[in-house]
Amino acid sequence: MADLKVTLSGLELDNPLIPASGTFGYGYEFAELYDINMLGSFSFKGTTLEPRFGSPTPRFAETPSCRINAVRMQNPGIDRVISEELPRLKKVFHKKVVANIGGFSVEEYAECCARIDKEEQVGIIEVNVSCPNVHNGCMSFGTDPLGVSAVTKAVKAVTTKPVYVKLSPNVTDIVPIAAAAAEAGADGISLINTLLGMRIDLRTRKPVIANRMGGFSGSAILPVALRMVYQVYEAVKLPIIGMGGVTSARDVVEMMLAGATAVEIGAANLVDPWACPKILADLPRVMEQYGITSLKDIIGGAH
Amino acid sequence: MCGASMKQGIYTIVEHKALTKDVYRMVLAGDTSAMTMPGQFVEISLPGFFLRRPISVCDYDEKTITLIYKVVGQGTDAMAKMKEGETMDMLTGLGHGFGVEKSGDTPLLVGGGVGVPPLFNLAKKLIAAGKKPTVILGFNRAEEIFYAREFEELGASVIVTTVDGSEGVKGFVTDALPPLFSFVYSCGPMPMLRALYRAAQGTAGEFSLEERMGCGFGACMGCSIMTKEGSRRVCKDGPVFDKEVLEWQI
Repeated sequence: MADLKVTLSGLELDNPLIPASGTFGYGYEFAELYDINMLGSFSFKGTTLEPRFGSPTPRFAETPSCRINAVRMQNPGIDRVISEELPRLKKVFHKKVVANIGGFSVEEYAECCARIDKEEQVGIIEVNVSCPNVHNGCMSFGTDPLGVSAVTKAVKAVTTKPVYVKLSPNVTDIVPIAAAAAEAGADGISLINTLLGMRIDLRTRKPVIANRMGGFSGSAILPVALRMVYQVYEAVKLPIIGMGGVTSARDVVEMMLAGATAVEIGAANLVDPWACPKILADLPRVMEQYGITSLKDIIGGAH
Repeated sequence: MCGASMKQGIYTIVEHKALTKDVYRMVLAGDTSAMTMPGQFVEISLPGFFLRRPISVCDYDEKTITLIYKVVGQGTDAMAKMKEGETMDMLTGLGHGFGVEKSGDTPLLVGGGVGVPPLFNLAKKLIAAGKKPTVILGFNRAEEIFYAREFEELGASVIVTTVDGSEGVKGFVTDALPPLFSFVYSCGPMPMLRALYRAAQGTAGEFSLEERMGCGFGACMGCSIMTKEGSRRVCKDGPVFDKEVLEWQI
């Protein structure tokens, strides 16, 4: 019997699959399609202190193996998430959720995290210091060890739940950034967020998306994500939620061998809304094929 | 919102032909049970393209879904090369469509170019409900006209307009508005919708909007628009909206 259970900072998950923030809304679109309680957890839409409409449209472009998006953290704001979205979610999802939090200043991150910390449904706070689409916004924190450290310290000071810092791949060296989060007291690391990309429309001769640049994700970025998870696993003794281009059960196993304890699935949900249940159903077969009885045993196995 | 949730399925192309130089009709056979109202759309998966393509549904019955699409980019160009007998992966039953019950007795349907198709199943359902729809179909020139005869065969009163006057009424759809109508349904390019919005003040209506989409089912926020009632997703809350909630200047 294949054992899919993993543990993230004391939170036991039935399996390592977590739909990634921004590809799963607040869960209900998918709850209409399948029982989302089969998931390990899910990371809800990046939420900020104030409501945000986000970027003008168009917000999407693509290549044969990826999408590029610039939604720029559209969300109803933390108070409405607490008063409306979480109670609605509670009816369809009975596990702990990962609360993805964005921000524009150290104080805003701290305030937002302090408010969500009181919510019983939240198992982990995932602090997004890496949205690539917000000018002078959170990516500036995520590309600088001092910024990551300041946000992490401020959030840890006002929260009791495990704090995972979600890092940007758009840096020269991920290691000092992950180390800064660890030293500042992070309980874990989430990586990678999207890579900064662009497409240009040949007819208009202008960038396809209104924000010009956007976050590039999909199966094309899997090797970059694996490399960075591998590097961070070597450098930092914290649990890792690995993500970036995961579209199959094999990719999940590969991400765990690189060093991930749990695995987020992002762009794949937007192309195939049943991507997560399909990957979950296929995991035991892939485990058997490679002689894996417990997923816990393979974390960091490539090192 | 729509009653049944979307379904994913494999559909077989049973008919595929050009209606004009760059507008095609594709009839697909498969499970149509997720379709609940006119104005909904499907998301098609094409080999070599990461994102699915949203295409409005022209007509559907128990066994088939009819799509009419215009070649506007690489995705629809690849779609146009597909042959009868080939299969396609689609999500069906997406979006909130037209409210047939709102029509009154003499509704007006206004379609512009490739915005015409979703009005076809709507006209069919209105006529089946005993209503007397007038349909205005707007095109740039005579060679671009499609489906005028099909709407007439349903029993609708059809007015065709062309910008260059090569057939029907010369001008825009707003140059051919009847003096009285009970409700207005429309789909077409944004300048046309805005002109109609101004011209049809005082009569309630529903407009189907178009926006570049990420997922097509409400998860990614890729197609959000701002309305008088706040932010709405074109794919899930629309594509059909009460025109009164649109935040447009008169």
